Amino acid sequence: MKLLGLAFLASAEAVALRYAVVESPIQHVLVQMPLLVLAGVLLAWNRQIRQEWAVPLLLVALTVFLFWMLPRNVDWALTPTGEIAKYLSLPLLLGVPLRLSWPWLGPVLRGFLKANALSMLGVLGFLYTHAPVRICNSYLVSAQKDLGMAFFYLAAGLGCLWAIPILFGNPSGQRSNATGCASCGV
Amino acid sequence: MMPRALPSVLIASIGLGTLWHATDGGQAFTSEAARRLDVVRVPRPVPALQLEDMSGQLLPLSPQGEEVVLVEFIYTVCGDICQIAGADFAEIRDQLEQRGEPVRMISVSFDPKRDTPEQMTIYGEAHEADGKMWTVARPRPEELPALLKLFDVTVIPDEWGGFQHNAAIHVINRDGRFSAVFDTDAIDAVLTHLEEHSS
Repeated sequence: MKLLGLAFLASAEAVALRYAVVESPIQHVLVQMPLLVLAGVLLAWNRQIRQEWAVPLLLVALTVFLFWMLPRNVDWALTPTGEIAKYLSLPLLLGVPLRLSWPWLGPVLRGFLKANALSMLGVLGFLYTHAPVRICNSYLVSAQKDLGMAFFYLAAGLGCLWAIPILFGNPSGQRSNATGCASCGV
Repeated sequence: MMPRALPSVLIASIGLGTLWHATDGGQAFTSEAARRLDVVRVPRPVPALQLEDMSGQLLPLSPQGEEVVLVEFIYTVCGDICQIAGADFAEIRDQLEQRGEPVRMISVSFDPKRDTPEQMTIYGEAHEADGKMWTVARPRPEELPALLKLFDVTVIPDEWGGFQHNAAIHVINRDGRFSAVFDTDAIDAVLTHLEEHSS
């Protein structure tokens, strides 16, 4: 019930941003869209599925992810039809399936997905900061450059977030050791 | 093994198909590329619309008789891209004049409130648009949204009181249909296109 409330809160926040996203691609792509995905993740937080559905659901999530990464769909998401498609597909076809499949994904596959997310953010950052043309017709060139820099910052932040536990964290399974230092691990 | 992989294969195919469709077969990743592809495939009929030119006279947007109309969208106080685009438009005009092609060129203002005939005259003089083959004109404010929608031109205000827009050269063919879009500096491509479609 609490999670349902949080999911509702995230989607309400996303809808509340619907006027802000017209001017700011950062708020559109890096705040509103992730909030919608988060709403889906929270919605399915305590649900479980059988293992054989993990890969198909992951593929659904990846497809929807790639679909909304296309610059033309970012423009489309500002039209009435596109807006509805965005509100429905990001939570239900990206957040929910991602959350449901995640527990079944092995460490190698998770690492692969994370590494790809980082490199893709880097490529997007480069594209949006260096493109000689406007990539989205709905946004100013300056806003496009800001979005490119935001992609870089996000890549750096996520890179640290994911790398630090691997490099300096306690190996899982030995969380509580004799020194009692497990609780201070990053 | 096979039955287990079946749902994944099925969803992967649907996913790839969706993305293929969403990019027009891997050809258009931006909305600008998408509109250029779309108008070539399905030219859009241009409604009979009157514009007001530099001298305050009305002129039809659609081609009359055997002519082709080239349209670019501008606002007269534009500082950067329209200036360069204006020079390229002048170059096209010079080339077409030499060849004697039946072409009309219109720089259409998307800021009709500020771009009065006087203002458009200043812009026309600056770019040597003398009103014969190439003129500057504005739509009635209430007709502007439909016009921009027809040509898929997105105009957004910038930080300095001006606008940014997807600048391009739009071709209205003899049948009165919006049928092609070119970069403003693609002079050769525009001339070749007109040559190919004049016979």
